Amino acid sequence: MHGIKNSTLDMRGPALSRRGFLGGSAVLASGLIVPQSALAADEPVKGGNLRLGLGGGSTTDSIKPGSYNDSAMISVAHALFNGLVEWDADGKISPELALDWQPKDSAKTWIVSLRKGIPFSNGKTFDADDAIYSINMHRGKDSKSGAVGALKEITDVKKIDANTLEFTLDSPDADFPYVLTDFNVLMVPNGHTDWANPIGTGAFVLEKFTPGVSISMKATGHYWKPGRGHVDHVDITIINDATARLNALISGQVDAINRVEPQAVALLEKAPNLKIVRAPGGWHAVMAMEIDKAPYDNPNLRLALKYAVDREQILKSLFSGYGTLGNDHPIPRSDPYFNTELAQRPHDPDKAKFYFKKAGLTDPAITLQVSDAAFNGAVNMGTLFQASTGNAGIKVNIKKEPADGFWSNVWLKGPFVASYWGGRAAATQMFTSAYKSKANWNETHWDNPKFDGLLAMAQATTDEAKRKTYLWDMQSMLSNEGGAVIPVFRDWLDGSSKKVGGHTPHGGYDMDNGMICEKAWLRA
Amino acid sequence: MTLFVASLLIFAGTEWLPGDLASAILQNNATPSNLAALRAQLGLDRPIAQRYLEWLNHALHFDFGTSLANGQVVIAEVAPRLENTLFLAAYAAIIAVPLAVGLGLLAAIWQGSFLDRIINLLTLTVISVPEYFLAYILIHYLTVSLGWFPSLANVNTVTTLAQRLYLTFLPMLTLVMVITAHMMRMTRASILSIMASPYIEMAYLKGLPTWRIVIAHALPNALGPIVNVIAINLAYLIVGVVLVENVFVYPGLGQLMVDAVTKHDVPVVQACGLIFAVAFILLNLVADVVAIISNPRLRYRAA
Repeated sequence: MHGIKNSTLDMRGPALSRRGFLGGSAVLASGLIVPQSALAADEPVKGGNLRLGLGGGSTTDSIKPGSYNDSAMISVAHALFNGLVEWDADGKISPELALDWQPKDSAKTWIVSLRKGIPFSNGKTFDADDAIYSINMHRGKDSKSGAVGALKEITDVKKIDANTLEFTLDSPDADFPYVLTDFNVLMVPNGHTDWANPIGTGAFVLEKFTPGVSISMKATGHYWKPGRGHVDHVDITIINDATARLNALISGQVDAINRVEPQAVALLEKAPNLKIVRAPGGWHAVMAMEIDKAPYDNPNLRLALKYAVDREQILKSLFSGYGTLGNDHPIPRSDPYFNTELAQRPHDPDKAKFYFKKAGLTDPAITLQVSDAAFNGAVNMGTLFQASTGNAGIKVNIKKEPADGFWSNVWLKGPFVASYWGGRAAATQMFTSAYKSKANWNETHWDNPKFDGLLAMAQATTDEAKRKTYLWDMQSMLSNEGGAVIPVFRDWLDGSSKKVGGHTPHGGYDMDNGMICEKAWLRA
Repeated sequence: MTLFVASLLIFAGTEWLPGDLASAILQNNATPSNLAALRAQLGLDRPIAQRYLEWLNHALHFDFGTSLANGQVVIAEVAPRLENTLFLAAYAAIIAVPLAVGLGLLAAIWQGSFLDRIINLLTLTVISVPEYFLAYILIHYLTVSLGWFPSLANVNTVTTLAQRLYLTFLPMLTLVMVITAHMMRMTRASILSIMASPYIEMAYLKGLPTWRIVIAHALPNALGPIVNVIAINLAYLIVGVVLVENVFVYPGLGQLMVDAVTKHDVPVVQACGLIFAVAFILLNLVADVVAIISNPRLRYRAA
């Protein structure tokens, strides 16, 4: 596997800044995607019915903000509602319903001013009370929201005037505006609870919602965001079966789909009227060891496993090369604070043997718990891991867990479990979610005062040079000492008809980070 | 009685699933605090026996409660899905049953002929192929290559009957192929086993033509097993088509149940399970009644 000279696997390419990320991805994917510049050249067209076939929908779906955890509802929600801050396709953030944000007290307090005169679909104008209600929906002890972790740092949100908010945080966070891009944190009218009849400021209003089956929405016709909201109507069909989704696209029954199987990309490219929308992002696979439990408390064993895993093989066989190699820390190459000087850890069975011997464990009884409930391919990743560690003389058992109950019985419970992480808009958010000592989802039990200190300092300063030093140090700490084996980052792969314009690769989530409905247009 | 046992099994089965609804809904967004809040709201913290009795009592009054996952009334959620399932089952059955019995008779009349062999070969092939594979083959040829029929059977409440028949053509065809093969082989085998009996020989000696012997003399006596296999296949059309529904994205009861199982939405799973049990029991009852009516011996013993 060392001999792969595929440009998509070549790790020595120039570092990508967020700005250079789009261009870079086009180079990486040379010939695989229609160059976005060509698409951007033609003007958006008004009108038409956009038909989407989306995987990641369920009969238990709801329109209530806070309940979204998969693709279909994320796309629906962003068609109906707006957030305060938008995470752009180029990785930057821009004002959405917020107009501006200013830190105070070294970023412990944030003053957020809101856009004026934006109407909800019921005619009411959006103001500070609506924003406070929408934020507080996710906060508090009884919150069932998926954003409860992201918003934990907010201790108070106050109204200063009708269009200004003041957020108080429990500790300084220079990246707080990134927190507000969370896909569950969307703005609804103050006091609204009737989620069967949602009211939002988005480009569309709901027509019909059958959870897990179909969603149709029609344009309001007077969307406030310039250059967005082109189509008249959106029809979403939930298609959870990957083959059925692909069939629907190929036979022209839908205009765009999410989650194209990597193995099917070549097939899709053969079709003259279809294109792949490929976005390198923050999604990564993790094999998480709890570093306070034997034998994973042995740093040499952790290093041995990190050298033993064959990352290129995993990337190639699981994702057909549509992704990049991981370096045992959760920050993707597309992040401006990606540590470019940290050498990519190679697959090196000799070094693995060396560290395994140094660990001095005769029979460490390593068992990796896997389930395809974590992500499609997790079991295969375990098998590949077992084979490559076997080559280094380290015996690893694979225990296949039932998909049912995986998230409640296995994840965060077992000492060595394969799972995944979706990307976060800011590096500090990723560290706060999973590697800060007190994080709810600290799956590796990483508890390092120096690391916590660096995180706090990075959050407390807006000095770019300092932030870079701190965040780079944190990445090398995790890579060398941490409990997570992070073999690969996976690209988002959407497919769409060539008559769809504006379907942009976005590293945040599939379907343009859920913004497809308001960004896409249909060529006649 | 059977239904009661079925209800007990359904309830027990859903209770023993590992994990619970709250964590299935929240997935990796779960924190101990939002988990506990959700569990309390869903009433998952009460004893099992109490929840079973309440459920049984309500189920007897056709009240399956509200979905734990999204708060909708279960009946409202299940009814349109059941309608879709029954529609597809009826569509397939109306075509498959006459076709299967007809082909079975033809194969029996011309036993050993070229036609018989062709029919046998085709039906054996279809039986040996998993139904979703058959579905993909049909999609490949009829949708992707020829573009005659849609692969998405995304019907809804405003679809007209004509549209509905068109949209569900491929799933119907898949099901027809699967059950026709089974029923046809059973028809042929039952007829042939009767054809070996002495009274058929007698009919031949009287100089009757084969087709007449098969239709007038053999068929009535072979009806029992044929009706039974038809009942089993009709039951399959209602309870066993989840794979086909999945391939064609057809919003039937099977998909709803699978979805509910993965999310641990117990009331929905239980309602679906009960409906399936009722369908199975009813169809078998009908088959038995028909068998009794068609067989004078059974009829007199019963009287």
